[in-house]
Amino acid sequence: MWQGLFEGLQGRNFMVVAVAMDSRDDAARPWIEAANPGYLALIDRHHLLADLYNMVNVPQAVWIDEHGRIVRPTEVAGSYEGFRWRDRNTGKLPDEIAATTKAAKLRYVEAVRDWVLKGPSSAFAFDEAAARAHLSLPSADVALAHAAFRMGQALLGEGRIEEAQGFLDEARRRHPESWNIWRQCYKPNELGLAAGPEFWERVQALGDKRYYAHVDMPEMP
Amino acid sequence: MVSVMVGNERHEVSDAVGQNDALWLPQWAVEEVTGWRLKPQGFCRDDVCVPVPPGRQTEFVDGGRVNVAAFWRLLEAPALHDADGGLWVLGESAGRRAAQLESLEAPDFRLPDLAGRVHALSDLHGRKVLLVTWASW
Repeated sequence: MWQGLFEGLQGRNFMVVAVAMDSRDDAARPWIEAANPGYLALIDRHHLLADLYNMVNVPQAVWIDEHGRIVRPTEVAGSYEGFRWRDRNTGKLPDEIAATTKAAKLRYVEAVRDWVLKGPSSAFAFDEAAARAHLSLPSADVALAHAAFRMGQALLGEGRIEEAQGFLDEARRRHPESWNIWRQCYKPNELGLAAGPEFWERVQALGDKRYYAHVDMPEMP
Repeated sequence: MVSVMVGNERHEVSDAVGQNDALWLPQWAVEEVTGWRLKPQGFCRDDVCVPVPPGRQTEFVDGGRVNVAAFWRLLEAPALHDADGGLWVLGESAGRRAAQLESLEAPDFRLPDLAGRVHALSDLHGRKVLLVTWASW
């Protein structure tokens, strides 16, 4: 998704840093090798970025300027709820939903491009007040959840499964909004996806709430 | 030997004792592991010092050892340990995370690529960066 954007902006002092939130050994490797990206592809086994940037899902993005300042804080990177309408037998999306999903992604990529080319005068670049207003800040429970997740993953790494499970359950309880924690801890199906019946039940339980939070950008569904 | 995890780092500290909710580190290891240093005015990092609460000195300092877990609780930051006290996580407090984000200085990090080469966000100073996550799951 980001390769075309990155290539089109060569020579514009721009870098994509795509980070895989993957605790399991080498789970991200085949994807990265297949994509063979020109941008930086990093691995975050401990979900450090989720802790640092208060992230709850993938894909989420942060826009950072030349001075290391946050221009747009953590937000969904243009994903739309399309998957919720997917036929689970055929894998097909209704045409209208597929079109909306595609348009949302395109809108997001175009917004990034606009910012890279125009800088602060881009309509999509927040000023400092707007950037602060769009921040979501962690609670004490969220901070504890990240520490418990870290401990659980370390114990898993040592084969101490039962003890690990206690910490991972604690992490999920303390931070129920985090799909990152929930899905990383959930047993993957044969495709390596944490998308079994319990996942769909949890998505269903969202009701009218979004799985991918709305991105505050004109023309975003 | 006690293992202490802080951020992405994992420190193996000899001559440390994890017991109940206390983590006693030898003084020489405290700064290396936590970034804080015990001075006469309290625990200090950069230009911030947090004094040891009056009358509670023995809870924090015992001869050459420092109870880092007690200090972490003073900071209202999570300090977790496994059943036998040999493995600890010292997390960051919600307050400090929030203050960092509100400053709008993008929190720096160091993460490896597939080849194991470590990259820092700060290496990209001078360029615009789209930081974006994904996952195989």
